[in-house]
Amino acid sequence: MATQKMFFSGFGGQGVLMIGRNIAYAAMLEGKEVTFLPSYGPEMRGGTANCTVIVSDKSISSPLIYEADLVCVMNLPSLIKFERMVKPKKFLFVNSSIISQSATRSDIQTAYVNANEIAKGLGNEKAANMVMLGAIVKKTGVVSFDSIEHVMEKTFAGKKQSVIDLNRNALHAWD
Amino acid sequence: MSERVLMKGNEAFGEAAIRGGCRYYVGYPITPQNELTEFMSREMSKRGGKFVQAESELASINMAYGIAAAGGNVFVSSASPGIALMQEGLSFICSAELPLVALNVSRGGPGIGGIQPGQADYNQVTRGGGNGDYHIPVFAPASIQESIDMLYDAFSLADEWRNPIMILADGMIGQMMEPVTLPEPKIPVSEAEIAIRKPWALSGTKKGNRSVVKSLRMQPNDLEKHVEKLFEKYRQAEKELVKYDTDRIEDAEVVFVSFGTTARIVSEVIDMLTEDGIKAGLIRPISLWPFPEEAFSKLNPKTKVVISAELNMGQMMTDVKAAVCGRFPVRLINRTGGIIPTSLEIYERAKKILGEYR
Amino acid sequence: MRTIFEPTKGMLPVDTSYCPGCTHGIAHRLIMECVEEKGRLGDTLGVSPIGCSVVAHEFMNIDMCESAHGRAPAVAAGLRRVHPNHLIFTYQGDGDLASIGAAEIIHAANRGEKFTTFFINNAIYGMTGGQMAPTTLIGQKSTTSVEGRKKEVNGMPLRVSELLATIDGAVFVERVALNSPANIRKARRAVMKALEVQEKGLGFSFVEFLSACPTNWGYQPIDALKWLTENMIPYYPLGNLRCPEEVK
Ligand SMILES: Cc1ncc(C[n+]2csc(CCOP(=O)(O)OP(=O)(O)O)c2C)c(N)n1
Ligand code: SF4
Ligand SMILES: [Mg+2]
Repeated sequence: MATQKMFFSGFGGQGVLMIGRNIAYAAMLEGKEVTFLPSYGPEMRGGTANCTVIVSDKSISSPLIYEADLVCVMNLPSLIKFERMVKPKKFLFVNSSIISQSATRSDIQTAYVNANEIAKGLGNEKAANMVMLGAIVKKTGVVSFDSIEHVMEKTFAGKKQSVIDLNRNALHAWD
Repeated sequence: MSERVLMKGNEAFGEAAIRGGCRYYVGYPITPQNELTEFMSREMSKRGGKFVQAESELASINMAYGIAAAGGNVFVSSASPGIALMQEGLSFICSAELPLVALNVSRGGPGIGGIQPGQADYNQVTRGGGNGDYHIPVFAPASIQESIDMLYDAFSLADEWRNPIMILADGMIGQMMEPVTLPEPKIPVSEAEIAIRKPWALSGTKKGNRSVVKSLRMQPNDLEKHVEKLFEKYRQAEKELVKYDTDRIEDAEVVFVSFGTTARIVSEVIDMLTEDGIKAGLIRPISLWPFPEEAFSKLNPKTKVVISAELNMGQMMTDVKAAVCGRFPVRLINRTGGIIPTSLEIYERAKKILGEYR
Repeated sequence: MRTIFEPTKGMLPVDTSYCPGCTHGIAHRLIMECVEEKGRLGDTLGVSPIGCSVVAHEFMNIDMCESAHGRAPAVAAGLRRVHPNHLIFTYQGDGDLASIGAAEIIHAANRGEKFTTFFINNAIYGMTGGQMAPTTLIGQKSTTSVEGRKKEVNGMPLRVSELLATIDGAVFVERVALNSPANIRKARRAVMKALEVQEKGLGFSFVEFLSACPTNWGYQPIDALKWLTENMIPYYPLGNLRCPEEVK
C-alpha cells in the first residue's frame, strides 16, 4: 500500500468524521503519514458532513482529493454525489440501513453494510458508525483491528465500560 | 524526540504558542479559528497564562497592545474580517515598536465573504492594512508541523525585533489534522523579569528609568526621524527574515509560485507533470513579507513560464512580477471565494498555459 | 370557504435555515406580521446583523441590507438619513449588539435615532458554535467557558434593556420572551408599539426577545424553552421599561 485516499460522507451527527479520524489515528500509530480534512461550518443545521483521509508511506502533499480508493456513504445524497469519486476496481461502502438505492457503477467493489440495524441489535443505533468502521477495516485492511482498538482505548479512556463494550462489539459486528 | 500526536491545526497553534512562551492570549470568536480561542480558554489558566475573550477584535488588538506595552508575551488570533478590524491597532503597535504575535486563519472575502479557506488577505497582511509607513513580517505555513515551528519561534522573534509577527494560515490548515511532534516548552518570561529584560516596557519607574510607549509625533521632523529608524529595522528584516523553499527549479520549464496550502496541492501537480515528462518546479515563499525575491534569481534561462497559483484574484502575482522583472512571462492559476482547486484542475490549467509557450 | 389564517406576505414562502426549535423564525414572523398589518411592506427597510440571522433577508420579504458585525445601528442611521419616512429596523443577536456593537447601539439610542432595534438575546454566540456572549448566564457552560461563566472573570450578564432605558433618546424599551403562546402574543404587541413610536417620530425604540438556541445550549427544543423560562426570565425580567404617553 503506497497511498490510500479515502472519503467519508453523511448527515451531520452520523459520526462520519469519527470514522475518518479513527482510521487516521490508527494509521499514525502504525507509523504512516496521514492527513484528515473535515468539512466545516454551521453543519449543525441538518447539513452534510464529510472528511477526507489520506494514509501513505511517504509524506503527503495535497490533503485534497478528486478520486478515492475508498468512499464511504452514510446517506443517499452522499451516494448520489460521491459514487463517481471511486477509482475503478476500488471500494464503495454504502450504509444500506439508510440508503435503499444500489450503486450504479459495476466497475467498483461495493459493500452494503446495514450499519444501523446491526448497531440497534447491539443496543444502540448510535454505534452505526463503528459498525461501518469495522466493515471497512475488515474488508480493506487499511489499518489493523489492533490499531483501531488501541485508538478506541485512548479515545474512550474514562468512559463507562458499557460504552466501551458497545463500541468494541460494534467494531466486530459485521461480516 | 517526543512522540507524534495527531492534532487539529487550530489546537496545534495554541499548543505551539504556549510552548513558545506565550503567556497571554486575547481572542474573539470567528470561524474558521474558533477551536483555537476555545482551546486557549481551557488551557491558558492551567498553564500559568491568561486568557481574555474580548468584546471585539478592536478590543482584542488593543488589549494586546496593553499587554505588550507592559512587557507580556501576547498572542492574538482571528480570521479575515477580524484581522481587518485590527489594522488600526497594528499600525499603532508597529510605531510603538511592541512585540506581539498575530495569527490570521484566513477565509474568503471581501466583506463578510464566506468561511471556507482563502488567501485573499495577501495584500492586507503584506502591505499593512493600517495607516502610515510600517511593515509586519508575515510567515505562511503549509502544514500543521510548520505552523507549530513558526509559532514556537514567533514570540522570541517578536521580542528580538520589537515588532508584531504575523502568521498567515488558512481555514484548511486550521481545520485539518496531521501527526506532529511538539517542541519542548520554553520557560516563559515571568512578570518579575520584565523590568530587567524589557526596560522599555511599563513596569513602574522603580526599575530606574521612565518608560513611555507612544506613536504621536506632532513635529514632522521627529516623525520622519522615527519612521526612518523603523525602516532601518525593516531593511535589516528584509535581509534576515526572508524564508522560502524551492523544489526542482534548476531545470524547470514551468515554475509555480505558491504559498501555504496551495503550495501543497501544487507539489502534487509537479509530480503529475513530471510523470508526463514535463520539467516543473516550485518556489514556495514562506515569508510573504519580506517577499523572497532572491529565489527568482535561481531560475534557469530555459524557464518558459512562471505561474502564480493562489486562492485569490492574483494578489501575490504583483510581487512575483516584480521579482521576475520581465525575464519570463508570469501567469495566474487561481480560485477564490473559498474554493480550493484540486491538483487535477491545476494540472490541466497548467498544461494549457504551458502549451502556449512550448 | 372562509379564510381563517394566511401566512404573512412579509415572509417569503421558503423554509428558514434555522435549527429545529430555534426561535429566530418566530421573531422574524412577528415582526413581518406587524409590518404587514401596518401596510408598510412596500416601504420598510431592514438591516440584518452578523450572526445566524445574517440571512434574514432570505426570509423577510422587504428591502434589506447586511451589516458588518455589530454595526447595524450605524447602517440604519445611514438609511434613515436618505429615507426620512420609511419604517426602518435593525435585527441583531446578543453577540452582535451587546458585544462588538455595544458602542453603536448606545449612540444610536442616545441620538434618539428614529428606527427600531429588535434584539435577539439567546445568551450565546449561535453562528460560531456556542461561545460565551456578554449575556451568557452565570454558571452557563459555553465553549469558551467550559466550567460555566464566572462573575470574577467575565462580569455579570449584561442587561441591555435596562442599560438602554437609562438613555433619554431610547423612548420605548421592552423585554419579551418567545417561550409560550401567551408571551409570544405579548411580544407581538411590543413590536407593534415599537413601530408606532417610530412612525410617530418619537425617538429610538427597542424590543429585546429572550430567544432559544437549542443547538448550542445542547437541549431538545422543548427543554430549551423550559431552560429559557427557568433561567433566563428570572435574570432578565420581562416587561416594559419605557413607553411614551402617545402609544400607551
Ligand atoms: C468582525 C467579525 N468578528 C467576528 C465574526 C464572527 N462571528 C460571526 S457571527 C458571530 C456571533 C453571532 O452571535 P450572536 O450575535 O449572538 O447571534 P446568534 O448567532 O446567536 O443569533 C461572530 C462572532 C465576524 N463575522 N466578523
Ligand atoms: S445555532 Fe442557535 S441561534 Fe443559530 S439557528 Fe441554530 S438554534 Fe438558532
Ligand atoms: Mg446570540
